[in-house]
Amino acid sequence: MEMPVVDAAVVARKPALVAALQQVLPQDAVIVETAELRAYECDALTAYRCPPLVAVLPRTTTEVSAVLRICHAMGVPVVPRGSGTSLAGGALPTGDCVILGVARMNAVLETDYANRFIRVQAGRTNLSVTGAVESDGFFYAPDPSSQLACAIAGNIAMNSGGAHCLKYGVTTNNLLGVTLVQMDGTVLEIGGPYLDAPGLDLLGVICGSEGQLGVVTEAWLRILPKPEGARPVLIGFDSNEVAGACVSDIIKAGVLPVAIEFMDRPCIEATEAFAKAGYPMCEALLIVEVEGARAEIDAQLGLITAIARRHNPVEIREAADEDEARRIWLGRKSAFGAMGQISDYICLDGTIPVSSLPYVLRRIGEMSAQYGLGVANVFHAGDGNMHPLILFDANKPGDLELCEAFGADVLKLCVEVGGCLTGEHGVGVEKRDLMKVQFTSEDMEAQLWVKDVFDPGWLLNPAKVFPLDVTAERRAG
Amino acid sequence: MRPDTEQELAEALRGAAGSLRIVGGGTRAIGRVPPGDVLETGALAGISLYEPGALTMIAAAGTPLAEIKAALASDTQRVAFEPPDMRRLLGREGVATIGGVVAANASGPRRIQVGACRDHILGLRFVDGMGRVIRNGGRVMKNVTGYDLVKLLCGSHGSLGVLSEISFKVLPAPETQASLCLHGLDEAQAVAAMAAALGSPYEVTGAAHGVIGTGFASVTRLRLEGFSPSVAYRLRELARLLAPFGEAELEEDASLSRLKWQEMRDVTAFADHPFVARLSIKPSDFAGLYFDAANLFFARPPLRRGFDVMLDWGGGLVWVAATARQLAENAQVAPDRGVEPELHGAKLLFEYLQSFCAVECGHATLLKAPPGLAARVQPFQPESAGIAALTRGLRAKFDPRGILNQGVMG
Repeated sequence: MEMPVVDAAVVARKPALVAALQQVLPQDAVIVETAELRAYECDALTAYRCPPLVAVLPRTTTEVSAVLRICHAMGVPVVPRGSGTSLAGGALPTGDCVILGVARMNAVLETDYANRFIRVQAGRTNLSVTGAVESDGFFYAPDPSSQLACAIAGNIAMNSGGAHCLKYGVTTNNLLGVTLVQMDGTVLEIGGPYLDAPGLDLLGVICGSEGQLGVVTEAWLRILPKPEGARPVLIGFDSNEVAGACVSDIIKAGVLPVAIEFMDRPCIEATEAFAKAGYPMCEALLIVEVEGARAEIDAQLGLITAIARRHNPVEIREAADEDEARRIWLGRKSAFGAMGQISDYICLDGTIPVSSLPYVLRRIGEMSAQYGLGVANVFHAGDGNMHPLILFDANKPGDLELCEAFGADVLKLCVEVGGCLTGEHGVGVEKRDLMKVQFTSEDMEAQLWVKDVFDPGWLLNPAKVFPLDVTAERRAG
Repeated sequence: MRPDTEQELAEALRGAAGSLRIVGGGTRAIGRVPPGDVLETGALAGISLYEPGALTMIAAAGTPLAEIKAALASDTQRVAFEPPDMRRLLGREGVATIGGVVAANASGPRRIQVGACRDHILGLRFVDGMGRVIRNGGRVMKNVTGYDLVKLLCGSHGSLGVLSEISFKVLPAPETQASLCLHGLDEAQAVAAMAAALGSPYEVTGAAHGVIGTGFASVTRLRLEGFSPSVAYRLRELARLLAPFGEAELEEDASLSRLKWQEMRDVTAFADHPFVARLSIKPSDFAGLYFDAANLFFARPPLRRGFDVMLDWGGGLVWVAATARQLAENAQVAPDRGVEPELHGAKLLFEYLQSFCAVECGHATLLKAPPGLAARVQPFQPESAGIAALTRGLRAKFDPRGILNQGVMG
């Protein structure tokens, strides 16, 4: 992975930088010791590591603004960091950067049930947003798998999704407003506790901009009343194609489940060995979840299972109670952990049109044979967001590179069939060099204009999202 | 100018000698009328892809909305964000296009449940002010590859680029719908009732309040959609929940319910009012609108209220309208002999609405006004200096010559 050459002049100014930061932050908020900086050398894309020059952990918007003003004046790049759970290397430092971590900014600022929003500091974890409102019957809808750890700041940066976004949408659909600190320290409120901000939809472009346009310190989030109940059904099939056709038929029938999850045989076998959820051994498995009152759930599941029966399922297992529902989800939720037990893997995140599912799965199988690397597929089938896990051996020289080449081929295939490189993880450094596969230089240029406007000095997370050669001139200033 | 293809559109923009006014179907443009030659997108038409199983459609920007709806209806699907038909309200003719809907980010009552237009647009092709063809997003539901310019363009009223193709998400049309009506609530009670309904698990897809006819009887209307048994169940539960607000009338006739919601969506009740503005606010802030108006602005008799209102989105969207008489009477609050009373009253009212929104955190947009008002006020809520600077910067990048719908958003 190519990263920009470390700016020696910036590194040389470290003492002055540290002194300036210590002027505006409490002592415990400025981290300079090499050993302590190790904690910030990578995020969840652990294959790449680089300790930052300094890390700061501000507690307020004012402190964030002060930090950015200093870095702006001194020409120091800043990499914002939520909880460091990015799978795309969104928070990967460079050796000449300041890591700006918002983890200490985790307060709930306002809860308003009548108007159905919550305002939080952006370092608050995703699950604890729901935690703050669930005793009153509300929840925050986007639910990335890392929701126990991941921060709202990172969710906004990556426009994170989750298993239930078929019904509830992703972060951008549940975000009402933000407090954004610009690189020069300017604090802006964009959007707020009302719908559809006036003027250009800046909120829409900030969400998903991977920390390149500003640092989000606070957010207004939409909260929703909890459904009366939810229940999954598990359906096994003897081929991927049939499972794909069943997904399409369910959607066409007018039922809109909250989630349709898909697992293939390698994934079923691995999770079964690990989590012992009691899944049937078959080629493909769907978990379909619906919500509502008991009678509504019965009616919807009746319709879904009737559709499934037309596709000759190997097994249909409706959850009769909470415990069975938990067991149905158990395997799916432990899929990534289970795969990690048997092998090193990289997790892809391309999205494809649902209609291309059988073709893409077949092609991935063929590539797997070509590359000699195993693949397990587990993904959100309702919206075509795939997560092929490519297995490799980190101790075997050349295997990671081989695995990455395979991954790149899969993502190119996603683009080829009309999809995209990343559905919910973000580009980061991981898919940065593949952007040219999806976008023409004009398409990319238009995106770069937005960064030019928000961050003219190109100091915020500058080595991410776009291929380095495309941004070289801009980063050079 | 009426280009037939995206390429012709790009050439037209590259070769443009001066300002251009971008027109889709000409049914919903608001704000100041931009100067320059008209560039029509109506010839860029046709649905190029429809995959019911993937809930996606791709259409050229000038495709009539009616054609899209008809195609979707054949597979019992729909454009879920319910774009309003503004022709009655704004006194326009013409054929609404999908491009116009996107340029205005036009969303109807269902916005509270399924999101706005901007939440349903998956991808765009557009031509910027220099004639450069740009593509962003795609045709899949989940896509975080690069920056989301789709949102930036959606609701930009033709000021950043001319849309050529739109890919969007569609949803299944529900089997049936029904409404629950509460009668005689004042606005504060209505906002509370709607908040209770929207805070319930019964999946309310419309929550509106208004006065119908010339009497004073108000109706607060809540919509439920889905499979029949489910709608029937939720209707009963909702009635039980809202019992403290009075006895509910259950409108189980789907076609009647549909008709009523269409009227709400299109704001036809205000079609004869010469002044109409829309406010987006926090629902609970509504009470202040009358309070401030009564105490600070419209204190004088004879009118207790210098305007009529209807609430949608559970009170988050406030339609404010005034009759010619109300406008003339408002003008007497701070008379200006040099100006037509109706126009002057409209100016005072609109400035009041924007100042209210500036204080309460929200925004007021002018939709319809006596001739001359748009030039005297800022039809879109003025932005803070920091946001205005970003907006200016973005326009300078996408339209460096400043030729696209110049000044339309103020």
